[in-house]
Amino acid sequence: MSETAHLQVRDLTYRYDPEAEAAIDGVSFSISRGEFVAVLGHNGSGKSTLAKLLNGLFLPSSGSVTVSGMATSDAGRTWDIRRTAGMVFQNPDNQLVATRVYDDVAFGLENIGVPSGEMPGRIDEALRLTGMLEHADRAPHLLSGGQKQRVAIAGILAMKPEALILDEATAMLDPQGRAEVLDTVLRLNRVQNITVVWITHFMEEAARAQRVLVMDHGRVVMDGGPKEIFSRVDLLRELRLDVPPMTRLAKLLRERGVDARLDVLNVEDMVEEVTRLCPSCLKN
Amino acid sequence: MLRDITLGQYYPVDSPVHRLDPRAKILLAFLYIIGVFLVKDLFMYLPVLLYLAMATWLARLPFPMMAKSLKPMRILIVFTFILNLFFGTGSRELLRLGSIVIWEEGLLNALHFTFRLILLVTGSSILTLTTPPVTLTDGLERLASPLRVIRFPAHEMAMMMTIALRFIPTLTEEADKIMKAQTARGADFETGNLMARARAMIPLLVPLFISAFRRAGDLAMAMEARCYRGGEGRTRLHVLKFSRRDLIAFLSMAGLFIILLLPGILK
Ligand SMILES: Nc1ncnc2c1ncn2[C@@H]1O[C@H](COP(=O)(O)OP(=O)(O)OP(=O)(O)O)[C@@H](O)[C@H]1O
Ligand SMILES: [Mg+2]
Repeated sequence: MSETAHLQVRDLTYRYDPEAEAAIDGVSFSISRGEFVAVLGHNGSGKSTLAKLLNGLFLPSSGSVTVSGMATSDAGRTWDIRRTAGMVFQNPDNQLVATRVYDDVAFGLENIGVPSGEMPGRIDEALRLTGMLEHADRAPHLLSGGQKQRVAIAGILAMKPEALILDEATAMLDPQGRAEVLDTVLRLNRVQNITVVWITHFMEEAARAQRVLVMDHGRVVMDGGPKEIFSRVDLLRELRLDVPPMTRLAKLLRERGVDARLDVLNVEDMVEEVTRLCPSCLKN
Repeated sequence: MLRDITLGQYYPVDSPVHRLDPRAKILLAFLYIIGVFLVKDLFMYLPVLLYLAMATWLARLPFPMMAKSLKPMRILIVFTFILNLFFGTGSRELLRLGSIVIWEEGLLNALHFTFRLILLVTGSSILTLTTPPVTLTDGLERLASPLRVIRFPAHEMAMMMTIALRFIPTLTEEADKIMKAQTARGADFETGNLMARARAMIPLLVPLFISAFRRAGDLAMAMEARCYRGGEGRTRLHVLKFSRRDLIAFLSMAGLFIILLLPGILK
């Protein structure tokens, strides 16, 4: 196995029930160390199922998943895998265990048997990296949604993971909380070289990834850079997915006969494109 | 109305009693209870009362607060007093009002019961006033952990209590929200007789239970993802250590026991 394939999925199939339709249906892909991959797909396309297969919460019905070279089907490595690939869930209220932020971050460390003397250093560091250090003594239920998710991320970070899997971690947050969490994870990806699998319904978030996987009916149907993926507006619409607002604007312009390119993801891209199309339009 | 639920009654000040090891405090409370039951003569409640006053003072708890801890028990205290007074039997008649006889033994019994109840309630409230609930849970877990050899689920009980403490505010908030939503649709939680009000709780309890079960499922999944696998091989952030302070507390309790047992020994 090459060192670059950090998360490796081969011919993966998963059924919730032997008679049921496969929730994951013959999926293969590999994610390199340090990559930031967004996963898109409409409701029920299998994103959450895939996430739970990636850290051994579910085991493959057939095929294989390897994390840093460890197969999730190897029962002896289950806990190493879960510590290597940490997971953040959708509902910020349902994943914190302790009555104090500091103690919650300690929860994972206690589980994997880190010596008591080593914990405070690791907890402080994790809280600092997520910008939650000043809230260390507060009760989780008094925090905002975005803060709760950052505590959840800190709880994983303290375990020194190599990958983070976030299953719609921003779905229940307000725009400010969403930005907080995404910025935190982008920073961890860049600074700590942590591999990120970012499952989302928000196209603007996916546009900031290095790579986008699109799922449909338990299969990966598109895999590429965000510009490449979002420029295929019609195919995405067939998959019941939207595109980022600026890409939609470009598409509308194109439909009205303007020769705009479709690989615009954000306002900056659009400014550039408009400047190219009509150099005098944006004088000031 | 649901905001009134407070958890425990921790009184956050810094005092030597607050800083005692939770295991020591639990054991001391236990010994204190035994001590109260050792009293045979009424006047021997005096040293117990003095001990309690000293502990309250050392813990920097306001005395009115201690009195307040008796408030929920007042009916029970009055009731047991009356019951013992009128329904006891004995040999020495003290007072006769028509067909009702008050015996000396009855009066003594009633006084014993009342003193015991008051001393037990106020004494154990020192434990809960000076120890945060989570620390208390921690102490209980570690005291009970030797019982694991007889399969007593010490860790699981403590984990359950911690999770309950974590989720009570969340569920309270949710109950409040559901209540407001149902009120907006015309539900009435405040009026009617007991039956009507109990029935009105159904549209509150059903969604609350469903949501609690969903949360439990989510939480179990999240705990597993964070490598939780029971108490085996787990380390702890907070290390409990007995100190000189705990030793002194135990010695003071030993002192109380000597005073309480002395009359029996001298006889
Ligand atoms: N616990 C379960 N038992 C049986 N079937 C399930 C279970 N969870 C999900 N499924 C089915 O598996 C398929 C994939 O579901 P999954 O939750 O992975 O989708 P998703 O992409 O995460 O959807 P969403 O965007 O709604 O979160 C769906 O058809 C769903 O009905
Ligand atoms: Mg999902």
